[in-house]
Amino acid sequence: MSLKDVIAPFYVWKRAFEKPYTTVKPIEERPGAAKYRGFHTNDMDLCIGCGTCETICQNEAIDMVSVPGIETTAKDSGLRPMIDNGRCCWCALCVDICTTGSLRLTNEYIWVSTDPDGFRFVPGTGDNPWDNKELGYRRDAGYRLMDYERQEMEMLAPEQGVQSFLEVVKGYSAEQARKEAERCVDCGICIATCPAHMDIPEYIKAVRDGDFEAGLRLLYRTNPMPATCGRICTHRCEDVCSVGHLGDPVAIRWLKRYICDQMPESSYAAVLKDEFAPNGHKVAIIGAGPGGLSAAYYLIKLGYAVTLYEANEKAGGMLRYGVPSYRLPYDQLDKDIDYILSLGATIHYNTRVGREVEFSALMGDFDAVFFSVGLTDPYGLGVEGEKHPRVLSGLQVLEDVTYGRDPGVGKRVAVIGGGNVAMDAARVSRRLGAEVTVLYRRRIEDMPADPEEIHEAQAEQVRFITQAIPMRVEAGPSPEQVNILWGEAEMVADAKGGRPRPVLMEDKIHTETYDSVISAIGQGGDFGFLSEEYAGKIEMKRGKVISNQYRQTGIPKLFVGGDIANDTADAISAIADGHQAAIGIDRYLSGLI
Amino acid sequence: MFERSSDRSRYPEVVDGKPVVDLDSEKYVKIWHGPQHPGITGNMSLELILCGDEVVDCKTHVGYLHRGFEKLMERRTWIQNFPVVCRIAVPEPAFNEYLYAAGVEELAGIQVPERAQWIRNLNLEMMRLASFLAWLGGQAGAFGNSTIGQWTVTHRDYLLDLFEEMTGGRIYHMYMVPGGVRSGLPDGFEERLEAVLKKVEKLLKEIELVLLNNSVFKARAVGLGYIDKDMIDRYGITGPNQRACGIKRDVRKDCPYLVYDQLDFEVITGTASDTYERTLVRYQEMHQCIDLCRQIVGRMPKDGPFHQPLPNVLHWRIPPGETYVKAECTRGEKGYYLVSDGSLYPRRICIRGPSYTHAFPVMEKLAIGTDIADIAGLMVSLHTYPPEIER
Repeated sequence: MSLKDVIAPFYVWKRAFEKPYTTVKPIEERPGAAKYRGFHTNDMDLCIGCGTCETICQNEAIDMVSVPGIETTAKDSGLRPMIDNGRCCWCALCVDICTTGSLRLTNEYIWVSTDPDGFRFVPGTGDNPWDNKELGYRRDAGYRLMDYERQEMEMLAPEQGVQSFLEVVKGYSAEQARKEAERCVDCGICIATCPAHMDIPEYIKAVRDGDFEAGLRLLYRTNPMPATCGRICTHRCEDVCSVGHLGDPVAIRWLKRYICDQMPESSYAAVLKDEFAPNGHKVAIIGAGPGGLSAAYYLIKLGYAVTLYEANEKAGGMLRYGVPSYRLPYDQLDKDIDYILSLGATIHYNTRVGREVEFSALMGDFDAVFFSVGLTDPYGLGVEGEKHPRVLSGLQVLEDVTYGRDPGVGKRVAVIGGGNVAMDAARVSRRLGAEVTVLYRRRIEDMPADPEEIHEAQAEQVRFITQAIPMRVEAGPSPEQVNILWGEAEMVADAKGGRPRPVLMEDKIHTETYDSVISAIGQGGDFGFLSEEYAGKIEMKRGKVISNQYRQTGIPKLFVGGDIANDTADAISAIADGHQAAIGIDRYLSGLI
Repeated sequence: MFERSSDRSRYPEVVDGKPVVDLDSEKYVKIWHGPQHPGITGNMSLELILCGDEVVDCKTHVGYLHRGFEKLMERRTWIQNFPVVCRIAVPEPAFNEYLYAAGVEELAGIQVPERAQWIRNLNLEMMRLASFLAWLGGQAGAFGNSTIGQWTVTHRDYLLDLFEEMTGGRIYHMYMVPGGVRSGLPDGFEERLEAVLKKVEKLLKEIELVLLNNSVFKARAVGLGYIDKDMIDRYGITGPNQRACGIKRDVRKDCPYLVYDQLDFEVITGTASDTYERTLVRYQEMHQCIDLCRQIVGRMPKDGPFHQPLPNVLHWRIPPGETYVKAECTRGEKGYYLVSDGSLYPRRICIRGPSYTHAFPVMEKLAIGTDIADIAGLMVSLHTYPPEIER
């Protein structure tokens, strides 16, 4: 032992005079660091109650609960996370995975409460003193636990697309479909929004698992036309997809299509195993469009003998005669229809009710009648000269193409309207070799057509003139031509807060010459087949038939669906109507309603 | 220094390395050292059989901290395990985070951005320094110098303050997420780190005077718990415990991970292989940590991505495979063995914590023949963390 070892420790004697290091609580406050993971707070308006925080929490510290003042809407489950601070470990994975970025942690970490249950609380209700604290943990933009970009869909190049009626969308590869399916967070918000309430998270899971048989069975539970809807559905599910808040919504429609593409039609019977026992009742269905076919499928499964009456030579309704084949190839439509008809429905083609067969006869012969005849009556332009032979109807052009007839649009075409029929007519005309101009009263963003249809039309060199109001149609320089006069409009804000109205500017009138003008400004229903005895008992509102939740009209045995009965007027709503009506008819004939 | 009695007739006979003890003879005392004992390194205990002051048999008992991590993780998704792993070594959680992330990245084929690697390396070296500071207080306290513990724990807290602003958490950082790190360094972090490193350096100078040149400490630590060179591989001894006997082995040098291959450092070794020598090796490694932190801060990229975006982690499947990743923590080689069967959950995760060998076979062997009063000092000198034993 050296002397140094005895003396050395005494060198640090001055430490005895150092001030203590400790913070004297509560005289001194020590706020948490700027990124500290303390108590939760939640932006209640931003939160949609998707529940991904609850899913990822490995402590099961989060429960989704209903909160007073928060309503359930199409985009919002109406639930909010409640944090059990007795279980929370403040890992903040809930913050990282939050689909809207509403949930975060503050840097508050001390809390004293006399309420023994106070440690379980719904953050963001304003009850906690830290709810408005700015500092605390948030997900850094450079870090993410989620793929926000959608798998890009391969499509025909626009210049190639206009050459033929080949399907534009090519479909996902296996790898793309799996990756896209992985993006789903299983929140299920889409289910409520889908008119048919399809179990979207489950069939996306089937894609992830590669179990397409289970996927197909799930699809047919709520939608007997999945190959069709997988292509042309208006996909309102994607509009509310929670992943869409910070990234691209999951391509739900393309995944549905992918499942159907994997399953050959020949395998349907073995996979779906639709078994039923006839129950002796007979149901007539007027119109073999999506609504009628959907009703037929579910009625057959319930054991009803179904007879369909179709005015055209093939089934499918607007899907066949209104949707061009580059969007929905006929073989895909046939795949859906053939399976439904293969279950044993009787179908009378080229049979228009009111012409070949009387409506009252059906009402007498059958136990119940479902009608879903669609909107087939195009609105006129309502301007002078609209009867000019070179003014065509959009629906007629589309129908002609389906029948293989030349609609004779000519080389320069003006399409008037901004809906899906207008876009289809424009794109069909492009494929027939015409130069196409779309005239629309309002702005592009006001167009009722699907945004992707508008984009694809633009890519296919369709010229868009917006805020253009047609004034008059006149004879053109030659009998094969027509002049259209249109005036520029300015958008005027609506005093009542509605959408802005176009107002004509009298001094800015243009005249243009076209080979044809295609009118596609909407269509109405044709109820001529209803005899007076029945027409009087059916309630109508704005051209639509009023029905209850089972799609039952004022006449107990008469049910209705499709574009003539719902405001959205799309395929999936018609399919949902058909399903509802099938349930309704079953309840009616069982004496339950 | 404790002297073993030369008259062995009063001590039990040793057969096959095990003492034959007849407790009914009333010659022996059996005591429990822990689990509630300040001289034990956490929630574990030693069952000691004494003959006079001399320990004739020692048995390590664990089970006070069993949370079943390895099994727990088989029931959680890959991302859900990220906040679990840090709990496997409370005073030094960063290595668990790093190794779990590194293993997952290797299985999933994820390339971590360079900046994230530097930040991870800085985090690990700061972690080593904080862990050594906690140990140093324990080592001094075990021999009665408890004031030193107050200083070192305070300085560890300064480092925890830095971790708090870097990661958002003081103890469980939950920072090294698979794919990189959760955020970049906050503004002015480098300056605040340097200020803390200076404080620690000043403290270490004083520690040298008050502990390493302390006659009492020397008298008790020199010669205590000698680890023979041929024990190293037989017992799987790693880290400073192994380097103090002169074997130059360090995962950071031998199998460099992160950016260690770009850093300038030498493996520190000793020769005497006793408690004092191990203290000295660790003391020098603390200086090395400070030096490495400075090197990293000076050379790390200041901007650029720090995380490779992951696919939706709720459905994250890792391709089937297995891997073993390892790193040099303060106690030695720490390793993670991960097996994926391609599902959403790990098939098996096995953690090789250096404490397992050090606190079980090594401690049980070294304790025999030691004075009861030195058991705490010996235990701390092996630097073990019980949660690492009870995964």
